[in-house]
Amino acid sequence: MFTVKTLDQVRKEMEKWLVEIRKVLNHSQTRPESSTVSNLDIKLIYTPEDIKDLDFKTNIGYPGLYPFTRGVQATGYRGRLWTLRMFSGFGTASDTNHRWQQLLKYGETGLSTAFDFPTLMGYDSDSLRAHAEVGKCGVVIDTLADMEVLTKGIPLDQASTSMTINPPASVLWAMYLMAAKKQGVGWEKVNGTIQNDMLKEFIAQKTFMCPPEPSIRLISDTIEFGTKHVPRWNTVSISGYHIREAGATAVQELAFTLANGIAYVQDVINRKKMDVDAFAPRLSFFFNSHIDFFEEIAKFRVARRMWAKIMKQRFKAKNPRSWWLRFHTQTAGCSLTAQQPFNNVIRTTTEALAAVLGGTQSLHTNSLDEVLALPSDFAVNIALRTQQVIAEEIGVINTIDPLAGSYFVETLTNEIEEKAWEYIEKIDKMGGMLAAIERGFPQLEIANSAYKFQQQLDSGEKVMIGVNKYRSSEETLIETLKVDEGVEAEQVKRLKEIRRVRDNRKVKQELANLRAACQSNQNVMPYVIQAVGEYATEQEICDVYREVFGEYRDPGFF
Amino acid sequence: MKLLNRVLKGDVRAAAQLIRSLEDDVPEAVAELKDVYLHTGQAYIVGIAGAPGAGKSTILESLIDIFRKGNMKIGVVAIDPTSPLSGGAILGDRLRMQRQGADEDVFIRSLASRGWKGGLSKATMNTVHVLDAMGKDIIFVEAVGSGQGEVDFARIADTSIVTLIPGLGDEIQMMKAGIMEMADIFVINKAEREGSDNLRMSLEAMLSMTPHQPNTWQPNILLTEAILNKGTEQLAKVILRHKDFLISSNKIEKCRRRRAELELTAAIESTLHHHLETMSGCLLVKLIDDLVLRKTDPKSAALKVINLPEQK
Amino acid sequence: MNLERKARVLIAKPGLDGHDRGVKIIARAYRDAGFEVIYTGVHQTPEQIVNAAIQEDVDLVGLSCLSGAHLYLFSEVMRQLRERGADDITVIGGGIIPKEDVPKLREAGMKEVFLPGTSLAQIITWTRENIKLK
Repeated sequence: MFTVKTLDQVRKEMEKWLVEIRKVLNHSQTRPESSTVSNLDIKLIYTPEDIKDLDFKTNIGYPGLYPFTRGVQATGYRGRLWTLRMFSGFGTASDTNHRWQQLLKYGETGLSTAFDFPTLMGYDSDSLRAHAEVGKCGVVIDTLADMEVLTKGIPLDQASTSMTINPPASVLWAMYLMAAKKQGVGWEKVNGTIQNDMLKEFIAQKTFMCPPEPSIRLISDTIEFGTKHVPRWNTVSISGYHIREAGATAVQELAFTLANGIAYVQDVINRKKMDVDAFAPRLSFFFNSHIDFFEEIAKFRVARRMWAKIMKQRFKAKNPRSWWLRFHTQTAGCSLTAQQPFNNVIRTTTEALAAVLGGTQSLHTNSLDEVLALPSDFAVNIALRTQQVIAEEIGVINTIDPLAGSYFVETLTNEIEEKAWEYIEKIDKMGGMLAAIERGFPQLEIANSAYKFQQQLDSGEKVMIGVNKYRSSEETLIETLKVDEGVEAEQVKRLKEIRRVRDNRKVKQELANLRAACQSNQNVMPYVIQAVGEYATEQEICDVYREVFGEYRDPGFF
Repeated sequence: MKLLNRVLKGDVRAAAQLIRSLEDDVPEAVAELKDVYLHTGQAYIVGIAGAPGAGKSTILESLIDIFRKGNMKIGVVAIDPTSPLSGGAILGDRLRMQRQGADEDVFIRSLASRGWKGGLSKATMNTVHVLDAMGKDIIFVEAVGSGQGEVDFARIADTSIVTLIPGLGDEIQMMKAGIMEMADIFVINKAEREGSDNLRMSLEAMLSMTPHQPNTWQPNILLTEAILNKGTEQLAKVILRHKDFLISSNKIEKCRRRRAELELTAAIESTLHHHLETMSGCLLVKLIDDLVLRKTDPKSAALKVINLPEQK
Repeated sequence: MNLERKARVLIAKPGLDGHDRGVKIIARAYRDAGFEVIYTGVHQTPEQIVNAAIQEDVDLVGLSCLSGAHLYLFSEVMRQLRERGADDITVIGGGIIPKEDVPKLREAGMKEVFLPGTSLAQIITWTRENIKLK
C-alpha cells in the first residue's frame, strides 16, 4: 500500500520516536507492554509498516463485495439499520407475550425468545427434572397450545422471530410453523431464526440431549426442510456467543464458530446431497461482543472475510449470497458485574458500539441487571435505548466500516485471521469438528482460557471495575424481576388439561410415525409437525429422540 | 468403633469411610483391614482398560443396568491420574455412570492414581476388598485411560476387557505396551463408525497368530454402541461365560493366585519403603559411611538393612 | 505411616443449566491446590449428588447454579444429606444467587455461599480453614 521510500522513512522516524518515548514511558505509571482481553499483544503504536502487505482490493475492498471485510450490505446501515432484537422470555407464554407487546411498543424491531431450562432440555413442566425451573430463566412451552398464546396478536407474516433453542429446535420450530398456519400465514412468508446449533452446545453451553452424530442429522433435516418449505427462515444460527461466554478468547470464538459452520455445511452436502448454493444463503451467525473494543471490531470484520473464503474456496459456492456471513450480536454477559451494576450500562454501550462498527445485522444489548436476574422492565428499556442512541444520535452509522485502513485495526484483523486459520487447520487435521469434540479439543482450549483469565483477574493483571479494582463497600440496591412462583403449578395444570382433551390415540400414532422416521433416513420435520399438530408435548417428542438416538452426557474434559 | 461390622451389613457410609482411611494409610483402618480381608474372596472382579474416550465408563454404565436386572450387587473402582505437579486430581469417571445415581446396590468409587504406575492406584485392591466385604457380586475396576502402560488391571481381574474404538489407531500403541495380550474380551465400542470392520479384522489376525490350545479361553471380539446399550447384553453374557469357563476349568484358582501375588509383592515393596523411611537414621548413616569408605558394597548393605543373610 | 489426609471435594451442578465455566475453574483450582476433586458434571439431581458425596466420602461439596432454582436445589441436597446422616459434610455454593437468598441457604445448612467476584485463592483458603479432615 505504500512506496518503499515512504516505508523506509517511516521506519527511521519511528525508531527515533521510540527511543524518546521509551524514556518517558519508563518513568510513567502506564504499562509499556499491553495485551487485549484475549491476550493478543498490542504495540504502543502502529504505522504504515504494519500494513505494508495489505492489498486494498483483496483484503479490504468494498461493502457488498467479496471478501466482505466491510460488510455484506452494499449500502451499510444507510440502506437498512440493524434489527433491534431483545432476547426475552419468562414465566408463562402469556407473560412473555405481554413483554413482547411492550418491547414492540418501545421500538424493538425483531422478537427473540428465551426459553426456560426444562424447555431447552426437552422436559415437560411436570417432569421431575423440571421442578423449580419452570418459567425461571425463560418462557415455558410444553405444547402447541403454549406457542399459540406466545404468538397471539403478533402477525407472523410480518414479525421476525428468533428462538434460542437447540436440542429440541425441530420441535419448537414445528410449533411455530403450526401456529403460523393457524393464523392463516403461509410458510413462504414466515420469517425468523432457530438457533439449532448443537456443536457449540457440546463445546461450550452444555445444553445437550442426543450425541453429536444424530444431533447434526437433525440439524441437516431442518436445513433441508427449511430450504424447501420455509425459504425465509434461518434454520441455524451458528453461534460463537456461548463459546465466548464459556471463557474462549476472541480468536477461539471465531475459529470454533467457523469450524462448526464448516461441519454443518459439509453434513448437508454429504447427507442430503444438496447443492451448497441451495441452502448456504440461509445460514446465519451469532457472535459475542466482548469488552475489548478494537479486538471485537477486528473479529467481526475478519469473520466475514474468512467465511467468504471458506464458502467460495472450500465449498465452491457460486452464489455471492452463499459467501455472506450475516450475524446477530449480543453484548457479553460475562463482562458484566454484580458489583456496582450501573457500570454495566457503560460496558454494554461500548460493546454495542463495537458490534455496530463491526457491521452486525442484529443486536441484543444486555440489561444492567442481567448478571443478577432476568431483566426488569426498567433495565431492558435502558438497554434498548442504548441501541437507539447509537443508531440515531452519535453518527457512527453515516459511513460504512469507518475503521477500515486504520494501521492498528487492519493489523489486528490480520492477526486474528491468521490465528483462527491455525485452529481451523488443526481441527481439519483431527478429522473435523465432530472428531475434535470427541477428543475434547475445543472444550479443553476454552477451559484453559477461562482458567487463565480467572487467574489474571485474581492477580490483578486483568481488571474488572468493582470486582478487583475500585471496589466499593456500599451496596447498590436495584429492583430485580422475580418470576412468580405460581407459574409451575399453573403450567402443570394447563399441561394436564391438554393431555386430557387431545386425541391421545392420534398422538400415539404420530409419535410412532416419528420414531420410524428417526430410525430411517427420512426427514423428521413433517413428522414432528404432525405430532405437535395433535398437541404432542415437547418431551414426548424428545423422548422419541432420546430413545432412538441415545442420551449424551458431558465427558468432563479437564 | 468397628467400621467392619457396618461394612459387612452393607453400610455405604461406613464402607466409604473405611476406603478413605485405607487410602490414607490411617493405622486404625490398616489394622481393621486384617479382619476385612478374611471376609473377602467372594466377588468376581472384572477389569476394563482402553484409551480415553473409548467409552469405558459408558460401557460399565450399561453393564451395571444389565447385571442389576439380575439383582447382582455392583461395585466400581475407577482410577484417574494424579497431577504430578500439585498432587491433586480431577476424578471424572463417575459422571458417565450416573444412571444408577440413586441405586443403593451400586457403589462407585473414584480413586486418584497418586503416582502409582500400571494404571491402578495403591489403594485399588483395598477398595476392592471393602466392596467385596460389603457383599458386592461383581466389582469392576476401570484403569486409568492412558492406553499405554495400564497392565495391572488384568493382573487383578478375573475377566479382563480391553476397549477400542475405530479410527484412533490406539491398538498399535496398546499392542506395544502389552495390553492387548491381557484381554479375555475385546470390545469395539462406537462400532457404528467407519473402520470398525477393519479394526475387527486386524484384531482377528492378531489373535490367529496364537494357535488355539484346547482348554484355553479364546478371546472374544464384541461390537458395542454402549451409549445406545447395543451389544452390551451380549458382553454381559460373555463375561458370565468366561466366569463359568474359569470355574469349570479351575483357572479361577490361577486368577486368585496371580492377584494374591501382585498384592503380596506390592505389600512387600511398600513395607520396605516404609521401613526405609522410618528406620533409624543411625544405621543408614553408618551404612553410608561404610559405603564411602568402601567397607561394603550397596547390595550387601541393602541386605543388612532388611535383615537378610548375604547371598553367595 | 502417612497421617496427612488427602482432602477430597465434590464439585457438582444440580439442575438443568449447563453453564460449567465456573465449576470447571473451581475444580481446576482445587486440583492445583492439591485436592482430589470428584467432578460430577452438569445436569445432576440432588439425589445423584448426595449419593456421590457419600460414596466418595468427601470433605466438602461445592454446588453451582445459575438458573435461579438454587433455593430448591441446594436445600434439597442439604435435606437429603441430613436424611442420610451425612450432614457433617461441608457444603458451599455459588452462582447467580441474590444476596437476600444467602441467609436462607445458610439456614438450610450451607456453610458458605460465594458470590460473583470471589477469587480462587479466597475459596481455597476458606476450604482449608473450614473443612474437617476426618
